[in-house]
Amino acid sequence: MTNRALPVLTVLAVLIALWYAATVWMNATWVFDQAARAGQSVTWAEVVPQTMAQDRPLLPPPHQVASELWKGIAGKKVTSKRSLVYHGYVTFRGTMMGLTLGIVLGIALAISIVRFRVMEMSVMPWAIISQTIPIVALAPMILTLSNQMGIDSREVPKAIISAYLSFFPVLVSMVKGLRSPDQMQLDLLKTYGAGEGATFWKLRLPASMPYFFASLKVAVAAALIGTIVGELPTGAIEGLGARMLIGSQFGEPLIMWSALFAAALLAGGLIVIVGGIERLANTRMGVRP
Amino acid sequence: MKDTTERFPAVIEAKGLNLTFQTGDGSVHALKDVDLTINKGDFVSFIGPSGCGKTTFLRCIAALEHPTGGTLTVNGMTPDEARMRRAYGYVFQAAGLYPWRTIAGNVQLPLEIMGFTKAEREDRVRKVLELVELSGFGGKFPWQLSGGMQQRASIARALAFDADILLMDEPFGALDEIVRDRLNEELLKLWARTQKTIGFVTHSIPEAVYLSTKIVVMSPRPGRITDVIESPLPRERPLDIRDSREFIEIAHRVREGLRAGHIDD
Repeated sequence: MTNRALPVLTVLAVLIALWYAATVWMNATWVFDQAARAGQSVTWAEVVPQTMAQDRPLLPPPHQVASELWKGIAGKKVTSKRSLVYHGYVTFRGTMMGLTLGIVLGIALAISIVRFRVMEMSVMPWAIISQTIPIVALAPMILTLSNQMGIDSREVPKAIISAYLSFFPVLVSMVKGLRSPDQMQLDLLKTYGAGEGATFWKLRLPASMPYFFASLKVAVAAALIGTIVGELPTGAIEGLGARMLIGSQFGEPLIMWSALFAAALLAGGLIVIVGGIERLANTRMGVRP
Repeated sequence: MKDTTERFPAVIEAKGLNLTFQTGDGSVHALKDVDLTINKGDFVSFIGPSGCGKTTFLRCIAALEHPTGGTLTVNGMTPDEARMRRAYGYVFQAAGLYPWRTIAGNVQLPLEIMGFTKAEREDRVRKVLELVELSGFGGKFPWQLSGGMQQRASIARALAFDADILLMDEPFGALDEIVRDRLNEELLKLWARTQKTIGFVTHSIPEAVYLSTKIVVMSPRPGRITDVIESPLPRERPLDIRDSREFIEIAHRVREGLRAGHIDD
């Protein structure tokens, strides 16, 4: 365990040290300006502590972010509009809806592409092109469009944006996975007189599972990003994305940074959950430990 | 010899069989004017250098390839019809077990596809695993078994649905000689117990001579039969029969046949 933890902790320590250095460097200007306005001169020994405890720092130091994060998670009732647990849950719910939609869409498209050659020629290029359009440009359009269509809930466009990002890795991996059985395995099923249905359920689908789980880790991260982007456009009041935007618009860097780290924690949690599901599936499918 | 052919009816009959593949740079004559009769209970080996069409012929019997000329019947039917009637089990060079299924799960794969009931599936799996001496390994996953055991499991899978014909395409080609010897011996025992008709593709002269009642020597470009040897060896064969004079004489004739096919190279 220590062998694995040591390199990670070393990198973490270096990052935090760099962060503190950057904090001093970026926030010092404000301290010097204040001192100049008051007609005082300050030494570096006085400047450094002051860069660490500003209300609206250009770059908040790690401990300020950590304490704001802790306040947001543990210091508020989870029903409070200022609780990061509340906003995190909203984002989590959106991510799950988007991911589910993305998986269904990705797998459905992959099956049709593997089954029908014409689908590969017609759908695959568009799927690739879809990923070259910046989602930030597309998100407001999806919101406006769904509003026009009389969908009042923000959940639906958010899930669509999230699915838009997360279907792609699933699609690409599943096409590869469903095609992974070799000729010999297909011939074997032919000798049993197996039809297309049996070939799909008994061979193609189980053979594609390792590919699916590899893509799921990418897809869950993409779904989270999509959800946060979907929460960004003006008017959003819930979710970590909205929290980030509020912090940015009202000049509250601490709110922004704590929301950012809450999102990172959420992402980490999602990856752990996906990893757990994968391990469970691996055990059931007899993968060599 | 004539007596045996009459007592055992023909199960596979090829007459003037031709197969031409169209490839990027012209056509390949994979099988040319192949005439062959395989009788019930025969153990027939196909031997020859690569490209001689021995695997292609086996695949034609299994309806995995379709001849471009001549006739081929299996149990008096076309190969496609015979497949639908579960006439044969096919064993490939690689065991090809599904890594996500246990050994028992792999063996019952064809039974699931053919719609056997759960009770019947379990019963048959138990019986064929016993037959290949893998009882007690049903719950293991393929990676937990050696290469030889995996190939035995794949033979069990081919036997599970009680086909009369067993088609084997270099089933022991990827195994080392010691394991191969043992599996050859076991295969003969299994053949004696089950009375199957076996078509067996191999690269190895001793393997062909040791196992077969009939050895079909083939040569490439175009793929054709150059010699058919009815083996005078008894059906019951201990491993040391391979040191007998008869054995060595047959092996010599096979070698001569292979060499003759190479003259025009």
